[in-house]
Amino acid sequence: MKKIELHTPISEKNIRKLNVGDRVFLSGTIITARDSAHRRMMKYIAEKRSIPFPLEGMALYHCGPLVKAHGDEWLVLAAGPTTSMRMEPFEAEIIENLGVRLIIGKGGMGGKTREAMKRYGAAYAAFTGGAAVLAAKRIKRVIDVKWLDLGLPEAVWIFEADRFGPLIIGIDSYGRSLYEEVRAKTLRRLNRIVEDRDL
Amino acid sequence: MEKIFKLDEEDEYYVPFSRLAENLDLRNLIEKLTVNLLRLAVTELPADVKKALKDAYRKERNPIGKIQLKAILENIQLAEEERIPICQDTGLISFYVKVGSEFRGLSKIEEALIEGVKRATVEIPLRPNAVNPFTQRNTDNNTGRHVPCIHWSIIDGNYLEITAFPKGGGSENMCALRILKPAEGLSGLKRFIIESVVNAGGMPCPPTIIGVGVGGTSDMAMNLAKKALLRPINKSHSDPFIAELERDLLRAVNSTGVGPMGLGGDSTALALKIEYAHRHPASYPVAIAFQCWAARRATARVYSDGRVECLSHKDRNLV
Repeated sequence: MKKIELHTPISEKNIRKLNVGDRVFLSGTIITARDSAHRRMMKYIAEKRSIPFPLEGMALYHCGPLVKAHGDEWLVLAAGPTTSMRMEPFEAEIIENLGVRLIIGKGGMGGKTREAMKRYGAAYAAFTGGAAVLAAKRIKRVIDVKWLDLGLPEAVWIFEADRFGPLIIGIDSYGRSLYEEVRAKTLRRLNRIVEDRDL
Repeated sequence: MEKIFKLDEEDEYYVPFSRLAENLDLRNLIEKLTVNLLRLAVTELPADVKKALKDAYRKERNPIGKIQLKAILENIQLAEEERIPICQDTGLISFYVKVGSEFRGLSKIEEALIEGVKRATVEIPLRPNAVNPFTQRNTDNNTGRHVPCIHWSIIDGNYLEITAFPKGGGSENMCALRILKPAEGLSGLKRFIIESVVNAGGMPCPPTIIGVGVGGTSDMAMNLAKKALLRPINKSHSDPFIAELERDLLRAVNSTGVGPMGLGGDSTALALKIEYAHRHPASYPVAIAFQCWAARRATARVYSDGRVECLSHKDRNLV
């Protein structure tokens, strides 16, 4: 298991160096987006409107943080990942059109996203679900927030991060998915359990 | 001047006359207690859950699984030290309320719980998680139609017991109900449980606690599965047959290899608990409720005289 330090903007070359199972720490800009923000990005892409935050070479984080207003600033209290699979219908197009290099989330993503990652040079990194205080500790400040009308968890938060991690590469840019590999193994074990116990 | 109350056989205690129910602002007491119970629940896991996670870390053989469990343990400690919610998803709030038939002040409880949730949302804070399913509007205060979810039960005694149960969306989304054919019976039940765990993969944030509800009506089966999640990890079912079934299914689930966060490993579930009801001859409902590793709950008992006792965490002053 390699340990890798990454900085945004991330180049295609650096993404292609990552393999499933690698341990990554990410510094630079992390942009959050959940369901509503994804739907709005898709709308912007369809209408050929420019999106009010930069995604080229950036890390997109499936996260609806717990934040607190402090004077003019926002404090990030807890910012763990949300289930990435909900974004599966959108992510391939987001990667293709907006040049995102790293998707951070939990639970993994499906075949459509895996193929887009292979084709356009992107990867999926898992952050431990629920480890939200640990995640918030690595977020140094809120650079900006967009689309606040979507509500606090659904808004797009632009974070500056310092060694955000540990992240585990779950899908790499070569079409390998740790999730699919674990799933295949668990299905084989399930069949064996069912046979052994005559269920 | 002091007066003696008799609670049960062993427990005799003294309460100053000035704190008797007539003078007590039960409404405010319960509201304040609600805020503090939610704060305790979202920032500090009960001791049984912490112990189970530490044991899982020690036993885990998969290196990626071990990294996940280490991050979980570090996170729990940070949250506890800094009094910050363990997970940003502070859940859709549920309360399990047991009310003693002799408890005075029943009419005030629901209002106090709802106001307590609103205050907790601002004061802790909690993430606003109550959304209208048709307009998609977030109420921004964690309350709304039928929310917080309040489950009532009536018991003997002169006290009130409140369990705050904030449960995240990730694990909730994996809950499943199947009405088996009675002929499928016990092996159908086992198969459904193990299949559900494999299908859920990393989605419910394993290592999970798995609640299983068997029998009754469809709604009762899920309700029993949820209630099973309230039982402490080290406590098996009182019926030895069910207790053995719990152990057997836990072993089976942990042999699937789903592992922490679905990235592979030995720790898929920390515990598996079963509750059952008698069933209709034609139906065999089985419900499975997943609880993420951040198995948050806090319970307190309130006596009619205003005395409050924390049951889920040791030596906590909640009001």
